[in-house]
Amino acid sequence: MINDTACPVATDRQGHYRSVLDSVKKRVILCAGTGCIANGSLKVMEAMEAACRLHGTPVSVELRYEDDVTATPLYLSRSGCQGFCQMGPLVTIEPDGILYTSVKPEDCDEIVLRTIIKGERIERLLFKDPASGVICRGVGEIPFYTRQARSVLAPCGSIDPECIEEYLAAGGYQAARHAIEAMAPEEICRLILESGLRGRGGGGFPTGKKWELTRIAAGNIKYIICNGDEGDPGAFMDRSVMEGNPHSVVEGMMIAAKAVGANQGYVYVRMEYPLAVKHMRKAVEDARSQGLLGDAVFGSEFSFDIIIMEGAGAFVCGEETALIASIEGRRGMPDPKPPFPAQKGLMGCPTVINNVETFSTVPLIVRGGPGTLRKVGTPASPGTKTFALTGHVVNTGLIEVPFGTTLRTIIYDIGGGVTGADGKIDPDGFKAVQIGGPSGACLTREHLDLPLDFDSLRSIGAMIGSGGLVVMNHTTCMVRIARYFMQFAQNESCGKCITCREGTRQMLALLDDIVEGNGNAGTLELLQITARVVAKASLCGLGKSAPSPVISTLRHFADEYRAHIVDKRCPAGECQALSRPAIKADQCIGCALCVKSCPVGAITGERRQPHSIDADRCINCRACVAVCKLHAIA
Amino acid sequence: MTATAQITVDGMRVALNGERNLLEVIRKAHIDIPTFCYHSELSIYGACRLCMVDVEGRGLVASCAAIPEDGMVVHTTTDEIREIRRVNLEMLLANHDSDCPSCPKNETCKLRALAARLGVREIRYRNIAVKGQRDTTSPSLVRDPSKCILCGDCVRYCEEVQGIGAIGFCGRGSHSTVSPPFEKGLGNVECVNCGGCATVCPTGAITPADDTAPVWKLLRDPSVTVVAQIAPAVRVALGEVFGLEPGEVVTGRIIAAMKRLGFNQVFDTGFAADLTVVEEAHELLPIVTRGGHNFPLLSSCCPAWVKKAEYFDSDLHDHLSSCRSPQQMFGSLARVQLGPTLPPGKKLAVISIMPCTAKKFEASRPEFSKDGVRDVDVVLTTQELAGMIREAGIQLEELEPASFDLPLGFATGAGLIFGTSGGVSEAVVRYLAAELKVPTPAVAFTEVDGNSGIREASVTLGEHTVSIAVVQGLKNADLVLDTIRKKTCRYDFVEIMACPGGCIGGAGQPVPQKKETRMQRSAGLRQIDSVLPVHKAQDNPFVTDCYARLLKHPGSQEARSLLHTSYFSRKREEEDGIELGDQDRSSTALRVRVCVGTSCYLRGAHNLLQKILAGIEEHELQDAVNVQATFCMETCELGPSVAIGNRWLRSATYEKVMEEINGTLEEQKKHDARVTAS
Repeated sequence: MINDTACPVATDRQGHYRSVLDSVKKRVILCAGTGCIANGSLKVMEAMEAACRLHGTPVSVELRYEDDVTATPLYLSRSGCQGFCQMGPLVTIEPDGILYTSVKPEDCDEIVLRTIIKGERIERLLFKDPASGVICRGVGEIPFYTRQARSVLAPCGSIDPECIEEYLAAGGYQAARHAIEAMAPEEICRLILESGLRGRGGGGFPTGKKWELTRIAAGNIKYIICNGDEGDPGAFMDRSVMEGNPHSVVEGMMIAAKAVGANQGYVYVRMEYPLAVKHMRKAVEDARSQGLLGDAVFGSEFSFDIIIMEGAGAFVCGEETALIASIEGRRGMPDPKPPFPAQKGLMGCPTVINNVETFSTVPLIVRGGPGTLRKVGTPASPGTKTFALTGHVVNTGLIEVPFGTTLRTIIYDIGGGVTGADGKIDPDGFKAVQIGGPSGACLTREHLDLPLDFDSLRSIGAMIGSGGLVVMNHTTCMVRIARYFMQFAQNESCGKCITCREGTRQMLALLDDIVEGNGNAGTLELLQITARVVAKASLCGLGKSAPSPVISTLRHFADEYRAHIVDKRCPAGECQALSRPAIKADQCIGCALCVKSCPVGAITGERRQPHSIDADRCINCRACVAVCKLHAIA
Repeated sequence: MTATAQITVDGMRVALNGERNLLEVIRKAHIDIPTFCYHSELSIYGACRLCMVDVEGRGLVASCAAIPEDGMVVHTTTDEIREIRRVNLEMLLANHDSDCPSCPKNETCKLRALAARLGVREIRYRNIAVKGQRDTTSPSLVRDPSKCILCGDCVRYCEEVQGIGAIGFCGRGSHSTVSPPFEKGLGNVECVNCGGCATVCPTGAITPADDTAPVWKLLRDPSVTVVAQIAPAVRVALGEVFGLEPGEVVTGRIIAAMKRLGFNQVFDTGFAADLTVVEEAHELLPIVTRGGHNFPLLSSCCPAWVKKAEYFDSDLHDHLSSCRSPQQMFGSLARVQLGPTLPPGKKLAVISIMPCTAKKFEASRPEFSKDGVRDVDVVLTTQELAGMIREAGIQLEELEPASFDLPLGFATGAGLIFGTSGGVSEAVVRYLAAELKVPTPAVAFTEVDGNSGIREASVTLGEHTVSIAVVQGLKNADLVLDTIRKKTCRYDFVEIMACPGGCIGGAGQPVPQKKETRMQRSAGLRQIDSVLPVHKAQDNPFVTDCYARLLKHPGSQEARSLLHTSYFSRKREEEDGIELGDQDRSSTALRVRVCVGTSCYLRGAHNLLQKILAGIEEHELQDAVNVQATFCMETCELGPSVAIGNRWLRSATYEKVMEEINGTLEEQKKHDARVTAS
């Protein structure tokens, strides 16, 4: 464990900057994560600045080291993703602790006049919990936040990600300095191993072990790679960390570099994350200009630098050997393991490759000691994990919870409950939750009280993956969900091994048969066989896990598959080919046009009274749907 | 004493002996683990998943990528493994264009053989693949993507053995294909036509081009006299198709079969190889006698290597022997010697039987045809000739051997060992020894840095020493070529062959079924050399006669015009040029190419081009000259660059270009007049 006095700060600028920061009387923080930007937070920022000037409030939008300590009563700053994306743009006012949600540019005048100048609260902009109806003043009262345990994500909501001084002022880079100046490589590896940190990218391999293997591997040149190629549909944890707290990633990589003896690092970010790329680049440049990267880091003999590489959009490049191939300029395809990257990675040299969240956690451990993570979580999976919570749930967004938290807590307490077809809370609406993206599985009601950690999920054939959580209500057809993920897997298969390339293609064709009503008993059997073979025989982890959505839905929703195949019926009503047209009684005027159009005489009814369709006779030609002038048939 | 490390394979104990992977160990136990993507000479790919085995304590692993460890217990045919193999094959077959009966690879297809072996009797999956377009742009090879199983063997061969990379993967997932860059045809990219891709391809996705149809037509045409030449390597491999052992010499029976097919005369490429020895040795002689090892001569008889040198090594063309390959020496000599002997009204057709797919391209090079007639009309591979013999129902193994026709059918041992790696060098040494009046020394090659693809020998010839390197595989060639560039090369002569083992391992040969096949073929050629009475090219009486009557002496004007050639840079494929006239590409008009790359453009190439076009119109040369604009030739500092025919003008001006054009046209006219007169 280290403290400020024992370990001097990275540069002496930090202390002064902190006093500048402390002098700020009021601070308005606008969330500028991708979600809030999409909702217009940059326009809100402009409007806020204009409103301040209009009402004569002196405001700074940039806090410089050179600034006069007494000259900035109001500081308007941006932050990274605060997680509550659905309610964005988010505006936080400190030190009052007020959080305004869904703020529009036209609200800014009022915010300046009433809240900033007079210190009043504007009720209509506060968050109202849909479950309880309670109006929440700020983060401390909103259930979405109170049930979380934000540590990795904590700085994302407060510090300006583009300002290295803020990171330094918050104690940043002290862990790296301590590791580089005061710790032996093996000591760092041991610390990380003891802390129980496991790779946050999906597999859950002990990070300290990975580092130790790389450290002892023979070779003068070693590399550190940060895997920021987050590609699961519905997952954006790594993006948020890179956007909101990029220096923590840089610092984690520096510590890893010292631990294994690497002098060069790469951050591989997918190019679809332009803001993450921009913030990571700026973080690396700023760190370099402060002497934190490059030759003689902190004036020591240790040198380390980082290159930001943009991926070109291939999902498979999230697989470590494919990612390495991509950096080397080869086609992004996995190589057989062994050899593992720790033995033979980038350019054939021993390489540590961890994901963004893992690196971001490392400085916390060096700062707080081996017990840091163990304050929360489970013995085998200590610490916290970020999840991207989406789907049919009241509060969607980015969350961080201790390992061992149950799905029930996440969905009902943090997520605020499941929404029904009408978008309102439906207490019985829960059907399933998809965890871990295309590599993950669908879990059901029976898993609601399962504590989430690496091992519990693995035991039921699921995985944390990178942490996507998609909640689904009863309107969701599970066969279609399996088909959706299979389509993704098929599109994103690299095409190298027969099993994954042909297997995902054939499984997709079989699922197509089922949702189109062409399935039979053989289809299901073949689907099972294929899923089994692909899971066992594929070359890389992505291929091996590609059938997981199929296997888990087959296991938990066999009835639904059977309904599609035997009864030619889609219980959720999502599969067009299997749904029969029905007449809406309240819209039908009994004109009998449909009766005339029906080639099999399946429609009957009294004249001028609502008609009905005999589902057994209907051949689903949909002629009635086309002919109805009132659109009463669907 | 430590116990020998061993593993247990299906209950049998197998000792480990440095095998690089589990698959090799299992095969040692005489279990033929199925695989598509494992080739001992290529890198581990791990994609076909057929070689998976169950290792106790570890579960399923791909045996090609697993390192054998002492005490491993391996099961190779569990139910789980059988299911994986079958399902994988079934899935491959579902989307495979399975018109097996008409597939050129029908009898040697590994996919078909494995499906039969593993008992796949039903394909439960639907065919959902989009049929790919056949690519017939290459004179040597045909690509049929509908038959490709994406094992990547061809891609790795091209990259790892030849260092070319003319084909690669494109598209992702189920849309993956193996394709030349930008989905161009194989004939329009930097393919050197070696055909190694076709040899390693387990299916019919890449096969040697089939030119038997025109040969059948020529054989049945009464107005044509059809003569053939047979390359040395053919005679030790063709028998394999008829169930004979590799290396068994079937020269006489091939000749007999060809006579039955209707060939009028059958000659030996070995004769032309003897001529090559003489001409090439004369290029080498001054290098040896002058001493100093900084200017090695590079052999030029492998057309794949020559094309590679034209693509990538134009800076080293001064090193490249100007000798045509034996095939082309034979072609031009046959035209000159046999043409005039034909009865009036009869036309001569020259057919080559070659172990090589690149020879098909070589024969099509414009510099090897005169007045629209190619020196060699058609090149057939060993496989194709065997196919014709089989089609005609001729039982080769039962035939009474026949002899080559004379005079072009007499070869010495020197010419015949051309077919195996190291043979060219040895033949040249035999000649040099006689020329320098010293006894013929033994040539013993040793591997360089443990790489069996580069071998070297140092031979003492009286007061002179000649250092020789023998290279197989063009990637290995680059290692030697780089030493020339760095001026650290220690050789006087470098023999370069693209294929493993030299011509006996060519892609036109029957696909080797065993590791030893190539060695057996090589031994076959060595055996012919040892039983022949004459071992030195200069002792060939017909070669001597040829010089006396026609060529005068090695390197003479006559020899240069018939037996030598020149090279040009192929840095830009012809397809990339922009036609400016209305000439069609096949016309015999003189081609003038003006570089309009950025640098040349800035140096006035555009104005120059306009002037040249105007000048050609003014002098009414539109029919004789074909002007093209081309892209950067990468000699920017010497721009503007203009090529007239195969000759490059640097810092070109209008006057220089017109002078060169007129000169070349003049030369051509004189040459044509000479040909007509003779």
